[in-house]
Amino acid sequence: MQENTPAIAEPLSADRQAPDKTIGELFVDNPRMSARHVNIWYGDKQAIDDVSLDIGASQVIAFIGPSGCGKSTFLRCLNRMNDGIDICRTEGDIQLDGQDIYDSSIDVVPLRARVGMVFQKPNPFPKSIYDNIAYGPRIHGMASNRAELDEIVEASLSRAGLWEEVRDRLDQPGTGLSGGQQQRLCIARTIAVSPEVILMDEPCSALDPIATARIEELIHELRESYTIVIVTHSMQQAARVSDRTAYFHLGKLVEVGETRQIFTNPSHELTKDYITGRFG
Amino acid sequence: MTEPTKTMLPPDEAARRVEASLARRRKAERRFHRMGLAGVLIALTFLVILFASIFSRGIPGFFQYYVELEVQLEAARLDPQGNTSVESLYAGDARGVLRAALFDILQPSGRSARRDAGKILSAGAEQRLRKMIVADPALLDTTQTIRFAVDEDIDSFLRGFILRDTPEADRRMNERMIGFVDQLQAEDRIHYQLSDYLFFGSASRNAEMAGILGALTGSILTLFICLLVSFPIGVASAIYLEEIAPKNRITELIEININNLAAVPSVVFGILGLAIFINLFGLPRSIPLVGGLVLALMTLPTIIISSRAAIRAVPPSIKDAALGIGASRIQVIFHHVLPLAMPGMLTGTIIGMAQALGETAPLLMIGMVAFIVDIPGSVTDPGTVLPVQIFMWADFAERMFVQKTSAAIIILLAFLIVMNAAAVWLRKKLERRW
Repeated sequence: MQENTPAIAEPLSADRQAPDKTIGELFVDNPRMSARHVNIWYGDKQAIDDVSLDIGASQVIAFIGPSGCGKSTFLRCLNRMNDGIDICRTEGDIQLDGQDIYDSSIDVVPLRARVGMVFQKPNPFPKSIYDNIAYGPRIHGMASNRAELDEIVEASLSRAGLWEEVRDRLDQPGTGLSGGQQQRLCIARTIAVSPEVILMDEPCSALDPIATARIEELIHELRESYTIVIVTHSMQQAARVSDRTAYFHLGKLVEVGETRQIFTNPSHELTKDYITGRFG
Repeated sequence: MTEPTKTMLPPDEAARRVEASLARRRKAERRFHRMGLAGVLIALTFLVILFASIFSRGIPGFFQYYVELEVQLEAARLDPQGNTSVESLYAGDARGVLRAALFDILQPSGRSARRDAGKILSAGAEQRLRKMIVADPALLDTTQTIRFAVDEDIDSFLRGFILRDTPEADRRMNERMIGFVDQLQAEDRIHYQLSDYLFFGSASRNAEMAGILGALTGSILTLFICLLVSFPIGVASAIYLEEIAPKNRITELIEININNLAAVPSVVFGILGLAIFINLFGLPRSIPLVGGLVLALMTLPTIIISSRAAIRAVPPSIKDAALGIGASRIQVIFHHVLPLAMPGMLTGTIIGMAQALGETAPLLMIGMVAFIVDIPGSVTDPGTVLPVQIFMWADFAERMFVQKTSAAIIILLAFLIVMNAAAVWLRKKLERRW
């Protein structure tokens, strides 16, 4: 039996400090996105320290780790959502299909259409359900007429498993739906612009268990067509929905691997401690 | 276990102390409650006194005395050229026709009696007669019963401000005129009714003819220019500062300066307008265009500050959502931020406009205090505005002007209340549609 003091408070012994190099299989054969030596600073504070990672095509990868470990920060740099934060500075190389997304020639507008994002709190626009979905296709000029737009809306809502519930009230405000429905609406809104990658930042943290189960089911169905990156605080969720899992600790990527392997046989002490619930 | 050196309060002692402190807290609460109530009551009392005094004086200002005459509209005398043109009517003898109608009733004997009788009618009576004929030439060569305003002295007498028992030498009406008025009253020809001059008249030295239409038109034109200039600039500045500008020393400095501008006395904006628009750009004085520009300078900080607050209140999650599906920054602003912030912006704008409507000092600086009889037809015609008109009327000594001043104040207050109510209504209607 070890002492009862929280592990995070004790001085870390050599094998319990974040390693200089990430353990596990960082790279995959057919990466959709690949990050190399990414460093992110908020002002003087380094939030991400030399992270390299591949995100495989048509896979679900889960980012786990204690609060403030930088997993959301890393997620947000994958579609340059951090650009809006004045003090945030990103270094390193992040590629989408072999193209550097931080290259000066890259426009963030089409990038974000290709790498969509679902947020922690459901955030539908204060518009009708239809307009919520149609907004993305409209601004990107994806539909040339109303019929095409209708089709995109129906297809997106169907894929998000929401069509049957809302087909009769498309003109009603999206904000009138329940929390779980709102989050599925947000997912439908994201896939309406046909992205390649969907980033999900703790998509279930504001939802009840049943709504969470629906979203997890949805992630399962979507993995065939999209590459999904999900940040989660729930290890069970990571175990249920993901193919690969990356464990972050204090801005460092400690360990990456097949989800099964990470949860059953983690290599690093920190990963083991986190997964067994010793801190977090 | 060692005996603790510091003991906790026993529960019953703790409960007793809480009870004791509770009484004190309740007392403080009651005191605060009473003080707040007293404050509100005092404010309400002052408001009631203000309204009571303005209304008691202003309500009679909405009415004035008219005399009813049967006028024979002889074409030969009124319209010598026979074409009912303005020149022809001015060449005609409207004054003679009116006096004839009056003398028919009063039968004055002698020159001085006729002169006194003629003083009963307002100087505006002839103009009214000409206007009626221009509007409807078919009236010529008929006999019409028409009501004309009485002269301001007669009006004051009828209101009881000129007393019969004042010695004749000290009063503005002699015995003969009082006799004429009595005679008209006996024949039931004097009527106290809603004043059409107040609403449709313009500035005039004759109190019975003075009205607010010119000033009201000037106010509307001035506010129109003010809104046209300050709303787009204010909203654009707010959007730029809040959403686009980098947060650095320069924008911080701009921010501080805008907040300070909101506290600058309005007369200073008047001097600024005088220096820039009139002296530098050479625009004419007294025109609503310059007035509107000056008021726009004054209103801008209010609009910018309220618009920025409205923009800041837009939830960041909505902006994130739009950015997350690839909306550009401008699309986020125009599709999401602006519609959600619009109620707040409009409220701020209406309140700014209400301020501008009531503003006097800066307009005095740019010469909108001139005595202008014509109603301005465009923003480049000389004019004045309601509060300045009130300021000018308040300077006149005649009793009728005192009442008309209060009447004009009531009208101005009505406009301000309508504008503020519109702001409240708009905010209630538009805010949070989700």
